[in-house]
Amino acid sequence: MSDDGNLTAKQRLKIPPVPMPEQPADVRRANIREVPLGYTPDQAVAEAERCLMCKKPVCIQGCPVEVDIPHFIRLVRERRFHEAALVVKQTNVLPAVCGRVCPQEDQCQQVCTVTKSHKDIHRSVKIGNLERFVADWDLEHHPDIEVPDVRKTGRRVAIVGSGPAGLTAAGDLARMGHDVTVFEALHRPGGVLVYGIPEFRLPKAIVDREVDNLRRLGVRIVCNVAIGKSRTLEDLFREGYEAVFVGTGAGLPIFKKIPGENLLGVYSANEYLTRANLMDAYNFPHASDTPIIRGHNVVTFGGGNVAMDAARTALRLGAETSTILYRRSEKEMPARLDEIAHAKEEGVVLRMLQDAIEILGDEDGWVTGVRCLRMALGEPDASGRRRPVPIEGSEFVIPADVVVVAIGNGPNPLVPKTSPEIRTNKWGNIVADPRTGKTSMRGVWAGGDIVLGAATVILAMGEGRKAARSIDEYLRTGVWEESPAAEAAPAPA
Amino acid sequence: MAAILTNDNIAPAVFRMVVVAPEVARSRRAGQFVIVRPGPGGERIPLTIADADPERGTITLIYQVVGKTTAVMSLMDPGAEIADVAGPLGQPTHVERFGRVACVGGGIGIAPLYPIAQAMKAAGNDVTAVLGARTRDLLILEPEMRAVVDRVVVVTDDGSYGAKGFVTDALRGLIDSGERPDLVVAIGPTIMMKMVSLLTKEAGVRTLVSLNTIMVDGTGMCGGCRVTVGGQVKFVCVDGPEFDGHQVDFDEMMKRLRTYRRQEAESYEAFRTRHRCRLMERNAEARG
Ligand SMILES: Cc1cc2nc3c(=O)[nH]c(=O)nc-3n(C[C@H](O)[C@H](O)[C@H](O)COP(=O)(O)OP(=O)(O)OC[C@H]3O[C@@H](n4cnc5c(N)ncnc54)[C@H](O)[C@@H]3O)c2cc1C
Ligand SMILES: Cc1cc2nc3c(=O)[nH]c(=O)nc-3n(C[C@H](O)[C@H](O)[C@H](O)COP(=O)(O)OP(=O)(O)OC[C@H]3O[C@@H](n4cnc5c(N)ncnc54)[C@H](O)[C@@H]3O)c2cc1C
Ligand code: SF4
Ligand code: SF4
Ligand code: FES
Repeated sequence: MSDDGNLTAKQRLKIPPVPMPEQPADVRRANIREVPLGYTPDQAVAEAERCLMCKKPVCIQGCPVEVDIPHFIRLVRERRFHEAALVVKQTNVLPAVCGRVCPQEDQCQQVCTVTKSHKDIHRSVKIGNLERFVADWDLEHHPDIEVPDVRKTGRRVAIVGSGPAGLTAAGDLARMGHDVTVFEALHRPGGVLVYGIPEFRLPKAIVDREVDNLRRLGVRIVCNVAIGKSRTLEDLFREGYEAVFVGTGAGLPIFKKIPGENLLGVYSANEYLTRANLMDAYNFPHASDTPIIRGHNVVTFGGGNVAMDAARTALRLGAETSTILYRRSEKEMPARLDEIAHAKEEGVVLRMLQDAIEILGDEDGWVTGVRCLRMALGEPDASGRRRPVPIEGSEFVIPADVVVVAIGNGPNPLVPKTSPEIRTNKWGNIVADPRTGKTSMRGVWAGGDIVLGAATVILAMGEGRKAARSIDEYLRTGVWEESPAAEAAPAPA
Repeated sequence: MAAILTNDNIAPAVFRMVVVAPEVARSRRAGQFVIVRPGPGGERIPLTIADADPERGTITLIYQVVGKTTAVMSLMDPGAEIADVAGPLGQPTHVERFGRVACVGGGIGIAPLYPIAQAMKAAGNDVTAVLGARTRDLLILEPEMRAVVDRVVVVTDDGSYGAKGFVTDALRGLIDSGERPDLVVAIGPTIMMKMVSLLTKEAGVRTLVSLNTIMVDGTGMCGGCRVTVGGQVKFVCVDGPEFDGHQVDFDEMMKRLRTYRRQEAESYEAFRTRHRCRLMERNAEARG
């Protein structure tokens, strides 16, 4: 098979990246199907040829879960796709998800040697695309996961929240033989993967399949239970659970606190996306009973993935114009590069260095427009990004009949509020030991967005995995060594 | 999945449904609600837990048919299953010994008021229930209320039963009688709660109202249920549903409740046309 000797590094560097085929922009903006269509095996092999198989594979350090990237890419080159998938799955339990939504340009692909040689992020080895390819190939050709023949320990673990953090922890613990139950407040498991990230970026069928696999591993998934409401963490211990992992996410929408935010037609991104995705309002009133306002001119505030998702959802709901208002410049936008590009191709208008100061409405309370100010970039602020400063007298109004506020989410307060023994920081995030995920409450771990603040799928998964390891150790040894979080917590009354 | 035990028509377009939900039955407290999704493709709607039997593991929901989802529910037979019942959600009512408590309920609002009246009585209060309906047929839960509170005053808009007038008239009578309540709990149409709050503000009587905003998740995740209370934005599903009536911006809330009026009418009409006969048979046709 192809050996590294076949091509020199120089020759490999000359191979242009293999673009992933996509639905054309004018077609896809009228449907909710996935935008990138995936590589064919030949395309994947061709892309895999671009990897230099570095002696020091820096890409691995760029990946939060340290996928053995050159190893799996080499297997792709050799067309050993199933084996490639197994290599990825050793460290990444949701590769079909991560291959699609990881911010690769800030992680594995950013540090890739090929990127460095070209000094161009767009020319990196397309690690994410390859990961997606092997995951999809494997789902198609090996749909049934192997259920490991582990000895059941009979120890019960409760997982609160079914986002990527909770699902990962559940899977790992089940594979270690523990008896795992996942509690989810909504009627469908998956967290942001099902209620937030739209179908056109992450088909829900992929998430459902991963959840089915967990069930096959013996994980019990109980929906419609909000822990902190019907039962507290203390109740769970009384019921015989010996350890609890809290992965309740960052689901608290933040508003801008400007006049007009309660007008009709103003949504938090969470509500807008939940109606469209989880509740399938795209298909109202036929297959879905949940309505959504289909605006003609939709304006979204924010510059992250959430804002891109909302603005692109608006187009699919029939908006004539979909505008993003962001107070810094495009360079500072936290959204993934691919998604910014996709949004632009579909016709989303990016208004940079502009900020909303008021939402305007008519006498019935419906949104009619947004009053904005132009901004300039001043000195860097605490985050290291240059601070936007308003330009005096630059006010103007843009018309809008739907406004989506996508400026961030805070931590979900339900669990910490009802279990005061769990220490939180000043923003309300649960404080957990970064090495183990242990909180200040004995037997309770936490991870994902509830600890990190709104972060990423892969980081949430990494946290779930880390906590699973620590939980397993605790169940085997019974030792709850004091963690830094516990030491810093106020003494229990 | 929650099995339906009974689903009875108790007044024109009003139903009482008993469903199996042991965990909710065990942990619910007065003032809390569940989110119900009848089936695939269905909407998530909030309904107060009107009663519960922890031994049998059942909860009682009393709902009025006002749109598609409640109409779908009205056609479900005992033995069928509700796809999702999530709860209990919301903050329980703050119950203590206040002294004299007036529980004011209008229309379907009497259903959520019932468990609160029960709890207020159990806490040692002297409880008067003021129950209002458009007309006699629409008055619900009167005997149940009579069984738990100290006295019941009934008013109907058309005078077909009890005194003719609005609940505010009866409440004013109560306040002026010298038997001034120490606390008023008012649940009913938003406009009724607004009027009661205006009256009690003037009279200086503390007032709790239970807000029925539009909801999606019911867990504080979407902000769709937001209202302005005392100048602050609150989420009804997690901060409420009960608030100080003197602080609530009812006008804003009433506007927000109209957000989906057009879509709701469209979806309900389509359903009605298809199921007119069965809805009529079930006495589930709302608004004439
Ligand atoms: C619109 C959007 C787009 C995004 N795009 C990307 C992207 O492209 N790439 C990327 O890497 N990241 C993206 N993210 C971020 C990423 O989705 C999150 O970082 C990740 O999902 C966090 O996982 P989690 O498991 O911590 O929590 P979540 O995914 O938030 O899941 C938490 C779950 O817990 C449930 N829950 C909460 N409270 C309770 C309770 N008391 N009892 C029971 N259940 C409870 C919630 O209902 C939810 O299902 C995006 C986020 C959003 C909102
Ligand atoms: C905390 C809470 C507790 C509630 N308890 C009860 C109860 O015990 N019994 C009961 O009959 N109803 C209750 N409601 C109201 C109930 O949720 C709505 O009547 C229901 O959502 C209507 O759904 P639909 O699809 O049948 O009608 P839709 O077509 O959705 O609506 C029809 C009409 O109802 C109004 N409406 C829509 N959604 C709501 C809403 N969430 N609240 C109030 N009005 C709404 C609309 O403005 C419209 O005029 C409660 C609401 C809340 C927030
Ligand atoms: S998991 Fe994400 S960061 Fe890691 S290799 Fe895959 S795409 Fe890159
Ligand atoms: S750094 Fe880039 S070129 Fe080197 S092994 Fe990793 S993916 Fe291949
Ligand atoms: S219903 Fe979504 S936050 Fe209250």
